[in-house]
Amino acid sequence: MKPAAFEYHDPPTTAEACELLAQLGDEAKPLAGGQSLVPLMNMRLATPRHLIDLRNVAGLSDITISDTSVTMGSMTTQRQIELSPAIRKACPILTEATTHIAHFQIRQRGTIGGSIAHADPAAELPLITVLLDARIVARRADGTRSIPARGFFYSAFVTELDETEIVESIELPRLADGEGWAFEEFARRQGDFALVGVAATVTLTDGKYSGARLAVSGVASAPVLLPVAEHLVGERPSPALYRRVAAAVTAGLTPGGDIHATGEDRRDIAGHLTEVALAAATERALQLTDRPAGRR
Amino acid sequence: MRRVRFELNGQTVEHEVVPRLLLSDFLRDVLGFTGTHVGCEQGACGACTILLNGEAVRSCLMFAVQVDGATIRTIEGVSPDGTSLHPIQQAFHENYGLQCGFCTPGFVMSTCALLAENPAPTESEIRSHLSGNLCRCAGYESIVQSVRQAAWELAGGNCAGKADGDDE
Repeated sequence: MKPAAFEYHDPPTTAEACELLAQLGDEAKPLAGGQSLVPLMNMRLATPRHLIDLRNVAGLSDITISDTSVTMGSMTTQRQIELSPAIRKACPILTEATTHIAHFQIRQRGTIGGSIAHADPAAELPLITVLLDARIVARRADGTRSIPARGFFYSAFVTELDETEIVESIELPRLADGEGWAFEEFARRQGDFALVGVAATVTLTDGKYSGARLAVSGVASAPVLLPVAEHLVGERPSPALYRRVAAAVTAGLTPGGDIHATGEDRRDIAGHLTEVALAAATERALQLTDRPAGRR
Repeated sequence: MRRVRFELNGQTVEHEVVPRLLLSDFLRDVLGFTGTHVGCEQGACGACTILLNGEAVRSCLMFAVQVDGATIRTIEGVSPDGTSLHPIQQAFHENYGLQCGFCTPGFVMSTCALLAENPAPTESEIRSHLSGNLCRCAGYESIVQSVRQAAWELAGGNCAGKADGDDE
């Protein structure tokens, strides 16, 4: 189908984009890469009266890396992230997650800000921001605010953003030295939205877990954090432990079913991927901490 | 209405467009470049893939107003002289990389982007990069074979027909 008629705006600054949003309210929709919004418009599931295209806004696709964080402008494309050697070094779990998004032709246009603001419950980038507790910087006409990702995603396609705000940047904390990570997902075909995705980090001290984080997508209306640390800290890694912890933390999940998978299947997949992710993250952590002394 | 000015297959184009006009419809219905095919209009099939500033994108997921200042290449601009086949097209021809041909422009444009970035892709890289293009009749084996031959030819192999695996 074809999109309904709309008025097109392409302001050159965030200030002007926010001004327009403030004036037009919920009649307007910001347009980032368009890889979710435009299909929705083509299907007439979305019929905004005004589109505010952010493509000409200066400075929204910069990547800045500091000792503690990776900051990306909201119009940074998924392909830019995927191909950035600096991001691969500073936050490899982000690189890995990004390569799972759709197909390279989609990632060429799709942006991190668009993905965060759209908030599909199966999407990769919201999952990573929740895992690492990123800060999402939102701007409106009268100022900016920094929102913790763990308080950002309410439900499918519903976020803390109000209709006069645009995402300006996303600040992801870097992984700590020695922190192992893993990103696993299951989709029926390459490029499909995953049925379930799992992202995990673990830290080991003297052969025992001293910290762990794990988040899952596709099992609720927003990414969920699972309390793996309370099961892992103080324990020594073993396949039996991964299995036990995976079963324990996913037992309470109650995903809904749809034409792609039943709720039970999704919970089973979440359990299996959690086990796989804990093993893979632990393997990476061991490689990082087992380096000979004097070599970092 | 908005006026856009951009480069299409080496020619400067200037045109008035309404905002709701999809780039795919602009190319086909307004400018007459019907080689870009429209399968699903929701980004799933890849038939409408074009090169925007050298990168493969879905033309059904963009509006014509957004191409102001851009450089676009469609399947019509792939041939080096407008009549002979580009090595990628030649390889699809020789390897039966198509049957009905509906998906072919999208496959060729995705292959152009793939080989520009990675001139010697492995088979799994080819399959991964072409996973966003759907073909419902040729099957994918002959398409993968076509891309392998094209890569080999473009790398200077220059020996048409010698693409059935002897290059490993």
